[in-house]
Amino acid sequence: MLLEVNQLTKVYPSIDGPIEVLRGIDLQVAAGETLALTGESGSGKSTLLHLVGGLDTADGGRITLAGHDILDMDDRSRAELRRTDVGVIFQQFNLIPSLDVSANIAFQARLAGSYEASRLQTLAASLGLDAHLNKFPEALSGGQQQRVAIARTLLARPKLILADEPTGNLDEETADEVLEQMLGLVAETGAAMMVVTHSEKVASRMQRRVRLNKGRLL
Amino acid sequence: MIGKAIVLALFLWPASVFAQGFAGLGSEAEEFTQPHQGYQFVFPQDHGAHPDFRIEWWYLTANLKAADGTQYGAQWTLFRSALAPETKEGWQDPQVWFAHAAITTPDRHFVTERFARGGIGQAGVTANPFNAWIDEWQMSGAFDGQMAVSATGPDFGYAFDMTASGPMIFHGDAGFSAKSADGQASYYYSQPFFDVTGLLQLPNGDIPVSGQAWLDREWSSQPLSDNQTGWDWFSLSFDTGDKLMGFRLRQSDGDTFNSATWISPSGQTTSYKDGAFSADPISVADVKGKNIPVSWHVRLPAKGVDVTVEAQNNDSWMDVSLPYWEGPVGIQGSHTGQGYLEMTGYE
Amino acid sequence: MIRVGFSAILSHWRRNLLQLFSLVFGLALATALWSGVQAINAEARASYDAAATTLGEGQYDQVLPRSGNTISQDQYIALRRAGWQVTPVLDDALGPIRRQVRLLGIDPLTAPAGLMPVGQGEGRDIVRVLTTRFVFVNPNTADLLPEDPALQVIIDDAVAPGVAITDIGVAQQLLGKPAQINRLIVANTQPINIPNLDKIAPELFVKSAIGGQDVQRLTDSFHLNLTAFGLLSFAVGIFIVQGVIGLAFEQRRSLVRTLRALGMPLRVLIWLFVGELIAFAFVAGALGVVMGYLIAAVLLPDVAATLRGLYGADVVGALQLRPVWWVSGFAIAFGGTAIAAGGALWKIARMPILASARPRAWAVESNKNAALLALAALALLVTALVLAIWGRGLLVGFVLLGCLLTGAALALPYFLLGVVSLGRRFARGPISEWFWADTRQQVPGLSLALMALLLATAANVGVSTMVSSFRETFVGFLDQRLAPELFVSVSSDEQAKTLDAYLSEHAREVLPVVSIDLQVADVPTALFGVRVESTYEENWRFLRAQGDVWSLVQSGNAAIINEQLARRADLWPGDMVQILPDLTLPIAAVVADYGNPLGQVVINEAQFLQRFPDQRAQRFGVRTDDPEGLSQRLMDDLSIEAANIVNQEQIKAFSLNVFERTFKVTGALNVLTLAVAAFAILMSLLTLSAMRIPQLAPAWALGMTRRELGQLELVRAVVLAALTTILALPLGLLLAWVLLTVVNVEAFGWELPMYLFPALYVRLGVFALVAAAVAAMIPARRLAYTPPGTLLKVFANDR
Repeated sequence: MLLEVNQLTKVYPSIDGPIEVLRGIDLQVAAGETLALTGESGSGKSTLLHLVGGLDTADGGRITLAGHDILDMDDRSRAELRRTDVGVIFQQFNLIPSLDVSANIAFQARLAGSYEASRLQTLAASLGLDAHLNKFPEALSGGQQQRVAIARTLLARPKLILADEPTGNLDEETADEVLEQMLGLVAETGAAMMVVTHSEKVASRMQRRVRLNKGRLL
Repeated sequence: MIGKAIVLALFLWPASVFAQGFAGLGSEAEEFTQPHQGYQFVFPQDHGAHPDFRIEWWYLTANLKAADGTQYGAQWTLFRSALAPETKEGWQDPQVWFAHAAITTPDRHFVTERFARGGIGQAGVTANPFNAWIDEWQMSGAFDGQMAVSATGPDFGYAFDMTASGPMIFHGDAGFSAKSADGQASYYYSQPFFDVTGLLQLPNGDIPVSGQAWLDREWSSQPLSDNQTGWDWFSLSFDTGDKLMGFRLRQSDGDTFNSATWISPSGQTTSYKDGAFSADPISVADVKGKNIPVSWHVRLPAKGVDVTVEAQNNDSWMDVSLPYWEGPVGIQGSHTGQGYLEMTGYE
Repeated sequence: MIRVGFSAILSHWRRNLLQLFSLVFGLALATALWSGVQAINAEARASYDAAATTLGEGQYDQVLPRSGNTISQDQYIALRRAGWQVTPVLDDALGPIRRQVRLLGIDPLTAPAGLMPVGQGEGRDIVRVLTTRFVFVNPNTADLLPEDPALQVIIDDAVAPGVAITDIGVAQQLLGKPAQINRLIVANTQPINIPNLDKIAPELFVKSAIGGQDVQRLTDSFHLNLTAFGLLSFAVGIFIVQGVIGLAFEQRRSLVRTLRALGMPLRVLIWLFVGELIAFAFVAGALGVVMGYLIAAVLLPDVAATLRGLYGADVVGALQLRPVWWVSGFAIAFGGTAIAAGGALWKIARMPILASARPRAWAVESNKNAALLALAALALLVTALVLAIWGRGLLVGFVLLGCLLTGAALALPYFLLGVVSLGRRFARGPISEWFWADTRQQVPGLSLALMALLLATAANVGVSTMVSSFRETFVGFLDQRLAPELFVSVSSDEQAKTLDAYLSEHAREVLPVVSIDLQVADVPTALFGVRVESTYEENWRFLRAQGDVWSLVQSGNAAIINEQLARRADLWPGDMVQILPDLTLPIAAVVADYGNPLGQVVINEAQFLQRFPDQRAQRFGVRTDDPEGLSQRLMDDLSIEAANIVNQEQIKAFSLNVFERTFKVTGALNVLTLAVAAFAILMSLLTLSAMRIPQLAPAWALGMTRRELGQLELVRAVVLAALTTILALPLGLLLAWVLLTVVNVEAFGWELPMYLFPALYVRLGVFALVAAAVAAMIPARRLAYTPPGTLLKVFANDR
């Protein structure tokens, strides 16, 4: 199993007392599997994604990713994990504003030590980015920015891709296009993918879907 | 000038000096000599300084006339003021000297002053031969013969040759001049008979003049009593050849103490005690913001004198450290003539 | 409406307390440095004025002897009897070295008003002055006076420090100089017809009042340096304020739009902003003056010691809060605010009512101005160059300084961008590439703070170079002049003869010091007769020399003159100098003689004594290997008092101590200016840190730890500071060069050699880096401890 989540809990402090965002989640994702994570706003799906990606800390339970217990890891190892095993695509602000498109695409792969220049060209071409490689993120449209984020993730060859509403900020047509390109490329690399989405259309394109409600999996 | 303080402290208000720290020096042995009746003057020694007395002066006033008839007045005064009744060599000498010189023209009055400490040679008086000096100012010669006088200031100067045409005269009781009912007194004599020729140096040029001068010599240790606020002093030369010296000491209670000496053309004197002589202001003028009586009604009934004395120049203000009024006057009435008037203590 | 509008614009500050703090505190710091330095200057000047008044220097002409420094009392009387209105002064040091008081004896009867504090107040009447042995002194000087129960010490603040005034008779006794006078003060009004001085006393001459301001001129050089420092410090502060005000106005654009949309006229709005700024400037100005006072109060004792030691000019070591500082402090605070806010107000005034209300990133926006600024910088630097080559005059010197500094400051962002781009080119690896790219992006946002750092560091380098060059020059001079181990002085020729003979036997070398004051080429000059010994040959360094200087002097065939005489009379080695009517010698060398306004001529002792047989040396420099032992023997064998034997180590130590104090003052100002610059950096970084989170979050998400990010932030600040410092070094040296060779020469007519002090620059550079690092530490730490949740919010849907 690529990913195993056991009895995961997460509590946020708030003015009205602690809120249990995740209440004992159990989830398994196999290598190469694609999974849609759906649920109401505030159901905890983004939190789950962040925990799985080593971006945040949990209050209980266990997450095993590619054989590592990531909740036991220190900051440094978790950062290492994010570089090599995980790729994240957020809804917005994915890119580093001071780097141009090609540097942005290459960034994670280079951090992970798996950079191949020729593959960057291929990916950029297949995502229609070859004309924009020397531009800075602020000069790109929203769809283009998301494509850059996808290219960056795929170039790093992570075992697990985590995407949080990757097409949520895009118009419908662009969203469809971006989704198709992403699915195609993910399939090519053989990575597993977990997508948080509101969109029925996006969810329907995944092999499996899981629904969260008030911190529990249904 | 710092000298202002010394004049204030020493000259006009001796009482205050005794009150202010000078008392520390006033041990018995250091007390100043006081004038006494029946003193026998010894000349030429008495023309010189008397350091055991507190104050002393050589006081010359002259009524002068130029060839064109313009009248001028001139003054040369050397004061000695002792901080202690002794002399010492150098800067330690407690004798302080200061001097005033002035020329009065019909419309201007030139004044200057000097200060010096005794003991270093900057100022002093020797009796034989007679020589009184401070800086370049000088008065030398003989009281009964020839004398030379000179002084300069920033904007004027003069030099006179004087010849005595009569004897020295003594005021009060043979030179013992009472200054108050309480017994304050001074030694006081004069040479009122100098004929003068000389040169006035004024901004518009030199002016040869001639006329008459009157030299007063006076010394004492405490000339004024506590309640006396100032004096009005007249030296009048009548066209008859007679002369009159009269003064009036004003008291804080409004009363006055006066005294006079009548001098005949040959030098015979008659002294008048308090009450015989009177001088009353007729009108006052605003001089440097002060009300100064510049016109006087002067009487000495015993000699039939009933005259009006008027300043030749109202602005004869001696703007020195301790200012006073001193200038030439004209005389009208029972007698005519000219003279000098000194007024002090007008606030 | 006005009240509502005012509370609306003020509400911004309540939510941005940090901005408010940095605005007020930055302005206050700027004002404080300026007014602190002004305070020190003003206080010192006020002290000289007191000194000049007391000593009669500068106000009155003086009669001086053509040779020697004594006028006999008879000459004085002769002058008075000729009508000259002069007053005698006896003026000499009283007491042992280091506890010396300048005793000034005057004659209160003839002195012009104001020279002596007589007749003012209790116990000062002339009678007391003439009948007691009084001494007037400043409270600070009182305890330096020798114990003497017969002296009546009267404390008076109006007396110049280090001076005791007394009656000339008392002075003659205390100094053991009966019937002696040093100089005569000439009253401003003289009687008509006074004869020419030549006719009465040809051995005396009149020195006009204008020539008497040597002390003033020397110390002015110190003041000028301090003023330059104050102005630079102020400029540093203004950079902070400019940044803060600019940001605050940018952030309130939407507020301006809303208020205008609600019907508030633009003009009213502008006036509200102006009112707000006036209020801030007022508070900051008041705070600044008080802080300036504190700075000055802490530094003044050292400054006083410095000036006293360097120039013999005294400053009272106490400070008065003078009204003029309030005025100048507020003026500078208001002026500074106006400069800083002018541009921002102009923008608001020109903003169309429907303009985008989104606060544009002020950092990013100013990027496009970089080219324009670079052009302005170039123009300023070219102007500076032109002025340096062809300009003349003090004002030009200052304009040159201004152009140079402003030009360099404006060029800084361009320089930084260039270097950073270069860095990126050589970067290997994603993190270093990202680091340089990101640094480049930070430059515009930090440029104002970095300009402040540039100016602060340049000012420090410049002023330190200047002060150290002073030190270098003077220490060399001290070594030269204080080579003998002991100085022994006696008070009679008899003793002198005995001592000379004794020393010839017991000491390695005896160097009698004999001199006389005279006029050479119309320059007041001291003529020295020296016994040529190896000490001179070993220690004297010449500015210019010709031939075997000391043998020429030894054989009576040449003279040495000092730089002052050389420059004033334009006499150089090879020229002939007429020293006395019957003595004309070629000049063999010119020697540096700092801090001495007078000319100096050195000939051999025999030549000197032949012409001035009465001038016997009463001071002797002594070379010995056993200074302690010899001192003891001199006391035992010749009954010379300990006070008359001076161990030169002590003098040297004392003189060096003076420089240490100068350094302390400079050092303190260095630390202060750097603190201000660090404050600017801190404020900029804190302001930028909110903007930084979205820029940094992706890098974190992609696998960098927060700790790494924090460290890189710190490194970035240090790198930028280091680049700024690298630019500041040559700028500071240029500054020193301008101050030493342009401004100093224009102001004072002499040039001080400029020395370089690499170790000092390294230290200053390290200080600058430490200041920047300390400033960057706080935001970096904050970043390293940012909760992941905060970073994740950047990507959140509902952001």
